[in-house]
Amino acid sequence: MGIYKNTPEVEVRERRLHSTLFYNGDAQDLIDRSNRKELVCKRGYYGQCSDCSEGCAETQTLFIRDAAVVGHAPIGCSGGSSTQNIMARNVSVSRNGVLHSVKYISTNIQEKDTVYGAAEKLRGAILEADRRFSPKAIFIESSCASGIIGEDLESIASVTSDELGYPVIPVYCEGFKSRLWSTGFDSAYHALLRLVEPAREKKKDVVNVFGFNGSDTFSPLLSKLGLKTNYVAPLASVDDIKHISEAACNTQVCKTLSTYITAVMEEEYGVPEVNAPSPFGISWTDEWLREIAKLTGKEEIVEDVIESEHKRIAPEIERLKKLIAGKRVYVISGDSFCHNLGNILKDFDVKLIGFNALHHDAHPDKEGQKNTLEDLVRDNGNIQNVTVCNKQPYQLVKIIKRLNPDLVIVRHGQVSNAATRLGIPIIFEGDANYSCGYDGAVRMGKRIYEAIRTKKLVENISKHVEFPYTDWWMDEVEDPFVFEGK
Amino acid sequence: MSKYIEQPRFGCALAGQQTVLAIPGARPIVHAGPGCSSKATQFAGAGSGYQGDSVGGGAHISCTNSGEQEVVFGGENKLRNLIDGALKVIKGDLFVVLTGCTSDIIGDDSIQAAKDFAEEGFPIVGTETAGFKGNSYYGHHRVTEAIIEQFIGNVTPNVRKGLVNVLSVVPYQDPFWRGDLSEIKSLLEKLGLEVNILFGASSGGVSEWKDIPNAEFNIVLSPWVGLETAELLKRKYKTPYIQIPIIPVGAERTAEFLRKITEYAGLDKEKTEKLIEKESKVFYNYLTSIGDFVFEFRDNLPVELYVVADSAYAIGVTDFLVNELGFIPMGIYITDDPSEKHRKNIENTFYALSDDLKDTLKFETDGGLIQEDIKKKLNGSRRAIFFGSDWEKFLAQDTGNNFAFLSLPINQKVITNETIVGFNGGAQLIGAAYNSIFNKGAGAVSRRQLDV
Repeated sequence: MGIYKNTPEVEVRERRLHSTLFYNGDAQDLIDRSNRKELVCKRGYYGQCSDCSEGCAETQTLFIRDAAVVGHAPIGCSGGSSTQNIMARNVSVSRNGVLHSVKYISTNIQEKDTVYGAAEKLRGAILEADRRFSPKAIFIESSCASGIIGEDLESIASVTSDELGYPVIPVYCEGFKSRLWSTGFDSAYHALLRLVEPAREKKKDVVNVFGFNGSDTFSPLLSKLGLKTNYVAPLASVDDIKHISEAACNTQVCKTLSTYITAVMEEEYGVPEVNAPSPFGISWTDEWLREIAKLTGKEEIVEDVIESEHKRIAPEIERLKKLIAGKRVYVISGDSFCHNLGNILKDFDVKLIGFNALHHDAHPDKEGQKNTLEDLVRDNGNIQNVTVCNKQPYQLVKIIKRLNPDLVIVRHGQVSNAATRLGIPIIFEGDANYSCGYDGAVRMGKRIYEAIRTKKLVENISKHVEFPYTDWWMDEVEDPFVFEGK
Repeated sequence: MSKYIEQPRFGCALAGQQTVLAIPGARPIVHAGPGCSSKATQFAGAGSGYQGDSVGGGAHISCTNSGEQEVVFGGENKLRNLIDGALKVIKGDLFVVLTGCTSDIIGDDSIQAAKDFAEEGFPIVGTETAGFKGNSYYGHHRVTEAIIEQFIGNVTPNVRKGLVNVLSVVPYQDPFWRGDLSEIKSLLEKLGLEVNILFGASSGGVSEWKDIPNAEFNIVLSPWVGLETAELLKRKYKTPYIQIPIIPVGAERTAEFLRKITEYAGLDKEKTEKLIEKESKVFYNYLTSIGDFVFEFRDNLPVELYVVADSAYAIGVTDFLVNELGFIPMGIYITDDPSEKHRKNIENTFYALSDDLKDTLKFETDGGLIQEDIKKKLNGSRRAIFFGSDWEKFLAQDTGNNFAFLSLPINQKVITNETIVGFNGGAQLIGAAYNSIFNKGAGAVSRRQLDV
């Protein structure tokens, strides 16, 4: 049975990838239990606010250059559209100077719409998006409200698409449908796949890089092999996306983000996926380049490239090692991105003392796809203090307090202050591309030093900040997972 | 009002969680889908100039993260578990249950769940804040009302002469609320009043809310937000109120505000006049000192005024910029979607400020339409200043105009103690109005107009 199904929606991760939100143990045990399919996506008795699929879907849809997005939702769901717009402008200008602003309209669902339906309103918003933005495609993002009232997005999309003469595609990202926000990535990719056409020609020197709207750190790396970087989907055009089937191979900044689309692309269009972890840390960057070289006929030059890159960064790595070797670092991030960040640390003899993944997929979408947790253990040995929870600072604050690391690396907003409150400096990994490749590793070393060097501010904050937790929770409860449910 | 919204200026009713967080010691408990609370934080917490998570906000907010199971089978049990857990884990003086779309569509009785815990003696109230029911201002009102009805309740007031409650700007949604409330409190205290400011670090928190019924009178310092609350307090505790619809910015309007309060409360007029004289002297020292700058930089300075903000901020700031600084009003866009009932009063208040304001006011919630209108009116001008949000900042960049922050969303500025209120607010606005010329294009120098 194929991975891609010709249905409006892709199956949520808890059923497709047997993902979990609760775990407390070590890396090897997590691998073993995942392989034995023992993980269950339990429900906590108590918890703190999570994120939703829509928030993840929009990290792709809002950044497609000539596409518009209609949020079929109450106005609160578009709370991120301005920050995404700032990101869009900032990154697009730094990438190639061509400004991209988000093109987003909310249907602003009201109470009466939940009673009588809002199909006409949605149709009107789609036509209004056409008038305001003249896009080449429109994505309709669903919401909890439009999902529960059972709005028929398929037929509205199909009618308006005929009317406008370009694709109008629903993205099913209702928050309540999946407990894993990462399902929203799959929802967006599933919608994008409805745009993709069979290859007109094969471009042997083009590599699709699935990622977020971030710095251009992949093309300096791939250009050394004489290859071109095709970033998907942020800052690609609708036309670019139609033809991603023409690339030599697919890779990604994070396996958690895009193994769904890369698995489908391999199956449906024969575009192979680079069988290596994403290029974070020197060892994985080497491995990644070698695998790409295999798929693009660059095997003859790849070893020279790797050798000269190692030589180039060696002095800086050595200098930084003297400053930060032996420091103890804790990582909080999305599943596979934890492994990416964790794998950089050994380059400076910095110790990964544990990490919390915001969820964990028991297996990738397709047999044979890389499992980066296994790669992490292969290259770094078993990691202790491995937990899974979706943000939940009430738990993290206890874990971090007990481990008392020198530094915390965190990719998600609002979680960082669990560490800040304890006076522990943090590195915020907002730009997913920032630490990739050889230069990314060097940058990470510099940032670790800088964060520890300037920790006076967090120490000052920790002296004056109030914790929202009871003494019972902070001092008497031993197990941070005591509220883990069934 | 348009049906659709591009470039939103407010969140949904769940933004009421920020109102809870603005009360020292109060903590929200949210019964909603998994991303709702985070988005409210993103828009009004981070998006108000990075004002942080208070003590129990942001990712610390307790939430049911309602999923399919709740949608199918109902979520009241999940909510009860959450409340039970929150009361054990979270330290707080008052808990407020707020709901999202999922729980309100499927019909969970969340308020009853909160009431059941309250009956056991826990300090907890509940209110429904589904996104489809209203916007941030509606959520602010629901929270305020729930605390008054369910937490303060039917008590007999023990009125203290000189004690006032202030109902004014909306925490976080009005981005300078911390500075504003601190300024209002300080001005009223200088008149000799005792002030329940209710929100922010200078508030006494939950105990101050308990003190609400004891006020001699309430002050509604806002065009419409807070009016219903004042009416409620009048019905419930017989507390009279005075409404002053114009947020006082600068010396003239602040003097008027202080005189009105003095008159209403029967305070010492002479003392008030002395205060006005003293504070005005400081303010006009700032104003007069920019004389040379203004005339030497005249060709660089913005003269055409566009304001995009809620009615409270738009009226107050426009009043000052037009009447004291001489800006030419071009387009004033009010984004808080007041009801028809309030619109007439807002228009009357606004047009009475100056004859220059004729035909400049628009009620509009759709930022896309606001920007279309501004572009049309600009007609290629580069002598305009937009007081607005991140969206207007970019419009200023793209059209070669000037800009100052006044309304949400604001993710390109850090806000601490800034204010638009009073003598201090006026002085700060002088800086905001003129400083932007130095950030525009190649910058500005007095001997050459760089933007020809």
